[in-house]
Amino acid sequence: MNQLTFHEGIPYIRLLMLLPLVGILIGLILPNNVWQRYWALIVTTANALISLPLYFHFDRTTALFQFAEHSAWIPSLKINYTVGLDGISLTMVLLTTLIMPLCVLASWTYISHRIRAFHLCLLLMEVTMVGVFCALDAILFFMFWEAMLIPMALLIGIWGGQRKIYAAVKFFLYTMAGSIFLLVALIALRLHTGTFNIPDMMAAGIPQGMQLWVFAAFFLAFAVKVPMFPFHTWLPAAHVEAPTAGSVILASVLLKMGTYGFLRFSLPITPDASVYFAPYVLVLSVIAILYGSLTALGQTDLKKLVAYSSVGHMGFATLGIFCLSQQGLEGAVMVMINHGVTTGALFICVGMLYERLHTREMPKMLGIGKHIPIFTGLFGVFCLSSLAFPGTNSFIGEFLVLVATFTKSIPLGVWTIPGVVIVAAYLLRMLQKIAYGGTDNPEHHALKDVNIRELITLLPLFAGVFWIGFHPQPILQILAVSVRHIVQQTSGGGN
Amino acid sequence: MSTSLALLAATRLETFSMSVNPWMAFLPELVLLAGILTLFAVSLQKGQQRVSLYVSLGTALLGLVACFATYGLETTLFDGAYRVDAFARLMQMAITLGYALVAGVSSKLPDIREDARPEYFLFLGIHVLGLTLLVACVDVIAAVIALECSSFPLFLMVALRREREGQRSQMESAIKYMMFGIAANGVMLFGLSYLYGLTGTTSLTKMATVLPALGQSPLLVVGLGMTLCGMFYKMAVFPFHFWTPDVYEGSSNETATLVSSLPKIGAVVLLVRFVSLANPAEPALGLLLAVVAAASMFYGNLSALFQNDFKRLMGFSGIAHAGFVIIGFAAQTTAGYTAALFTIIAYVLMILACFVVICRVSKDGVNVPLSELAGLHRRSPLLAATLAVGIFGLAGIPPMAGFIGKFALLTAAYEKGYLALVIMGVINSAIAIYYYLRVIKETYFQDPQVSNDPVVLDTMTRVVCVVLILLIVGMGIFPGVVLNAIAAGL
Repeated sequence: MNQLTFHEGIPYIRLLMLLPLVGILIGLILPNNVWQRYWALIVTTANALISLPLYFHFDRTTALFQFAEHSAWIPSLKINYTVGLDGISLTMVLLTTLIMPLCVLASWTYISHRIRAFHLCLLLMEVTMVGVFCALDAILFFMFWEAMLIPMALLIGIWGGQRKIYAAVKFFLYTMAGSIFLLVALIALRLHTGTFNIPDMMAAGIPQGMQLWVFAAFFLAFAVKVPMFPFHTWLPAAHVEAPTAGSVILASVLLKMGTYGFLRFSLPITPDASVYFAPYVLVLSVIAILYGSLTALGQTDLKKLVAYSSVGHMGFATLGIFCLSQQGLEGAVMVMINHGVTTGALFICVGMLYERLHTREMPKMLGIGKHIPIFTGLFGVFCLSSLAFPGTNSFIGEFLVLVATFTKSIPLGVWTIPGVVIVAAYLLRMLQKIAYGGTDNPEHHALKDVNIRELITLLPLFAGVFWIGFHPQPILQILAVSVRHIVQQTSGGGN
Repeated sequence: MSTSLALLAATRLETFSMSVNPWMAFLPELVLLAGILTLFAVSLQKGQQRVSLYVSLGTALLGLVACFATYGLETTLFDGAYRVDAFARLMQMAITLGYALVAGVSSKLPDIREDARPEYFLFLGIHVLGLTLLVACVDVIAAVIALECSSFPLFLMVALRREREGQRSQMESAIKYMMFGIAANGVMLFGLSYLYGLTGTTSLTKMATVLPALGQSPLLVVGLGMTLCGMFYKMAVFPFHFWTPDVYEGSSNETATLVSSLPKIGAVVLLVRFVSLANPAEPALGLLLAVVAAASMFYGNLSALFQNDFKRLMGFSGIAHAGFVIIGFAAQTTAGYTAALFTIIAYVLMILACFVVICRVSKDGVNVPLSELAGLHRRSPLLAATLAVGIFGLAGIPPMAGFIGKFALLTAAYEKGYLALVIMGVINSAIAIYYYLRVIKETYFQDPQVSNDPVVLDTMTRVVCVVLILLIVGMGIFPGVVLNAIAAGL
């Protein structure tokens, strides 16, 4: 039970998971109409408000897991209910709780059938996502990790686009197949260390031979989730076919679980193996950056374009992580947060365009900028943010990662540069076509600009872009000590 | 919960153990017996289907209550051939609960000849009585008799399906089921004769004191291995699985519900009794079980990939699951047996959840191809949810009970060093996902194709569905109650 500090007073984490569950039970009783939307909005907003005190009460000077809760759960199998937050998981939890109300808002008019089931799935997603980031018991983590597949597959499969079945099944199969060896690895670790408690596993010191295959099992599970090249092929299908809220959840939160897994499991528990395998992972990350960007360059479907850009961006995150340095890890977590904000916003924007034009093909939306100027303005800001324009959020993360990469290896750093340039190329091209391109199309004259609800959906993300862009210090302060602790654990093991 | 149960039992024992009649511990069996006699009387008249149904339900629920009321009473009856203890009682609870659920599913019996429906419930009752006796037998002769008592009604029930155009396979299925059953029982009896020859007793308790000392006697391994064949047949473990898909497909939906669920509890309990006779330090039996488990998993899962009939699919999935459960026996530890028992109870609930849906979706009792499930979530959200919980449970996804079972089995096997078996187990659970997802895909992702009419459910079905969902999820989130009760009884 070391490395935990318990919190007197309100059990925030338990509340964060229980509230959506209670929301589900009440949602089952409420009528199956617009009530469901309001109710889901109330529950997710309440959850966002509950999570805010975590930010203010978080002790930035310690790497211990805070707000911890611990109670025996299944003693005969040595599974406990242990939860707690360090700096990294805190940012992820906040990202989750803050993005969820926006998901509800973004689906307000998009989802027209099976409204109740849709919002129940959203709330279930929230429980499992918060659970994944808070769990400090390996099996608790695994249960949330797997349970999440059910509502996500339903979100894609029921409310998705034309190839929804293919996308949902592929998503489920890939993620499930990726994580089967994770379970074996966790059982092996428990038999070796005698506990499923993650902090205790970190402290246990695993023999090197065992570390190698445990790392491999971890890697398979987390790399599929990130997704890293060459495990990424489920992502474009899932992103493109999912409804807007599904895409946002996928991009903003689900992909982060993979990189979070690297930070929580791979680096601290198998430090020697992490050092050993780091060069390979770094090369895969650079390939992901180049591949994702090049593929995005060739897309005309906006959602596909953003989906492939995700592959590239998450490449930056894994690149930062496996530089195994303070700057690299901080940068990686910043990339994770920023990708959540920016790509979430881009998917919401694409969803709004789709609701107006019923297409996602770029050639069919040339020059709509002059008819819907406010929307295009916001969209432009998010595009600039996505290409890491200085002053926007993504710049901080990518800059830190690049510094870490060049410190680690100059050739590697040089290879990432084309990736950065191509990102700018495809995003600016898209922006140019949508805002100014083509000739005047009379069909576009009747387009309505953003309404109040849509504005409310986008403004928090808009604010996030500039808040993190100009003033990243508060987040970096939260991360610093936790990240240093992980770096020490990894390098300590490497010696 | 379990500690309070134990406490309750302890206090009750203190207060009553002197005064209470040892036959009190036999109460649940007597309740079932009384129910069967009533069913027999009812079946002598014509057109008493509803009455039989209600008598069955009442018997099952009373039996369940009696099990709870006598939990903790321990006694040995019939000259040491029959021992009621916490373990046997717990299994009887599971069986009577399953009885109630199966009876609830069988409310209509559209594909059983009308004049035979009361008898159907009579056979169902006799089968359940056989199982409840089986789990408490500690003498091999008594066990064989209880096993037969539970088997023969099933043969009849398979054959009871109505004959009509394009549906004449029920006799073939029944004969196949019976022939395999008799062959497997013959092998089992032959194996038992070896065990008797080695020990000179038919009492399992006495065998347990003699046999482990025999060490690696080949006679013991052969005898035990052949004895286990009887249970392998009941559980549909490779190489005694051949009857499974055909019997599932050929029997009526309600009969398949029964065949696929309850008998497996009895078989697993008997397996616990026999496998624990061997000395765990000797690798021979463990290795045999590991091979059987792996073969069963691969055969079942790979064959299930290509099935289109839902019941056949469940048949192959059942073979795979039986193999999975054997993993726990290969470990030959208390943890392994606990895991196996937990998994089989969870499995029974999950398979019942799937079969409720088959019985209700089916029109007039014909078999259900997977494509007929298309768009079920629009036709009946409750049925679709029940099916989803059952299927995801079978696939071992948390928070369903199936995950805990899978996890406990793998842990037990890993603890004993069966790493290869564990890896084969997880690979199989990945293969299985594919065909389970096919079911989910039809149910949730497709739009209705064959029929768009809503499926109307009666109250009893609704209750069965809700109870199953609650039990499966409840056993997944709070498995400690059941796990502790099993471990305490072993």
